[in-house]
Amino acid sequence: MAQQTSAKDLIIEPVFRNNPIALQILGICSALAVTTKLSTSVTMSLAVIAVTACSGAAVAAIRNKIPGSIRIIVQMTIIASLVIIVDQILKAFAYSLSKELSVFVGLIITNCIVMGRAEGFAMKNSVYDSFLDGIGNGLGYSLILIVVGFFRELFGSGTLFGYTVFPKQEIVDGSMQGWYEPNGLMLLSPSAFFIIGIFIWVVRVFDPSQMEEA
Amino acid sequence: MTDYIELFLRSAFVDNLALAYFLGMCTFLAVSKNVKTAIGLGIAVIVVQAITVPVNNLIYNLFLKEGSTFLSSYDLSFLGLICFIGVIAAMVQILEMTLDKFFPSLYSALGIFLPLITVNCAILGGTLFMQQRDYSFGESCVFGVGSGFGWAVAIVALAGIREKLKYSDIPHGLRGLGITFIIVGLMALGFQAFLGI
Repeated sequence: MAQQTSAKDLIIEPVFRNNPIALQILGICSALAVTTKLSTSVTMSLAVIAVTACSGAAVAAIRNKIPGSIRIIVQMTIIASLVIIVDQILKAFAYSLSKELSVFVGLIITNCIVMGRAEGFAMKNSVYDSFLDGIGNGLGYSLILIVVGFFRELFGSGTLFGYTVFPKQEIVDGSMQGWYEPNGLMLLSPSAFFIIGIFIWVVRVFDPSQMEEA
Repeated sequence: MTDYIELFLRSAFVDNLALAYFLGMCTFLAVSKNVKTAIGLGIAVIVVQAITVPVNNLIYNLFLKEGSTFLSSYDLSFLGLICFIGVIAAMVQILEMTLDKFFPSLYSALGIFLPLITVNCAILGGTLFMQQRDYSFGESCVFGVGSGFGWAVAIVALAGIREKLKYSDIPHGLRGLGITFIIVGLMALGFQAFLGI
């Protein structure tokens, strides 16, 4: 990455041009499992943005003092501590949400985006830049999470954030109410793969430079 | 006994780590380009998973859990994450050294995959599921082997499909990553059918 990138570029670049999920295939692991509902996707996004930004800044702050041979362990420890903090905050203030996210908050530790940015960017750049880079990559991740979560909740249960958008078709007091028949497939795991596959397709049609010969 | 067999089948097929919980996706997509490397990685995951899940189970039950065997008056479960990742990293390192010393041929076959496994979400995910579902020691052994096996089956199958895919005519934008996602989606649909067992 060029040295004189501005703050704006640092944030915008990873969201659209160099999206960590769509282009770099990083951090998909946790991305898909939490997207059956929009609210869990948003929570997960915020958690990842916080962890990526703070770990980037922390790693950058001590980057000149870390001996090369043990840097992975140092990064791991920083990330794991931040994730524990996020986990404890979620448990304290949003207990039901943290139950729904189950193990996936803990899995932020092994999220390749966090690790990849700490290793690839924060080790070479200043604290401020690394912080912004972390936010940018976190946002790029969030974009996909929220798109997938939006479609899965809308078509899977006809709601958004738990509010009804498409009234479900059901019989109340002997008369037919609503019109939407929820698509159960959307709540199962395969649909997340389909949506991301199609999302990547759309991104690449608009930006042919990202196409790959396979 | 039937319980264990059922748990094995469940963790290997129905609750497949890769296809039902999306764990280890990064390596799953990146290393599934040919069958041979996929088999190597699959074996490495089975071995590491079979060791780390029971070990973490012991650590969690003996030290960390509230009312644990040795430190019963403290609730240290918030330290869980950092302990587990430490154990996994240490285990991978030990395994690497043991293989290098006693089974050099297997070591060279697994090669670069062993260190990569430390950051594979499937491994940490297996441990966290073990903690969340409160498995006993015996159950966690079976779960470790079963879930590792399921992951290995999935990656080998995907690698096989992707090898054949070279000869097919795919729309330009969909080539590479896009079509891989769609295939994985279809495979996940297939694995859902195991629910009937």
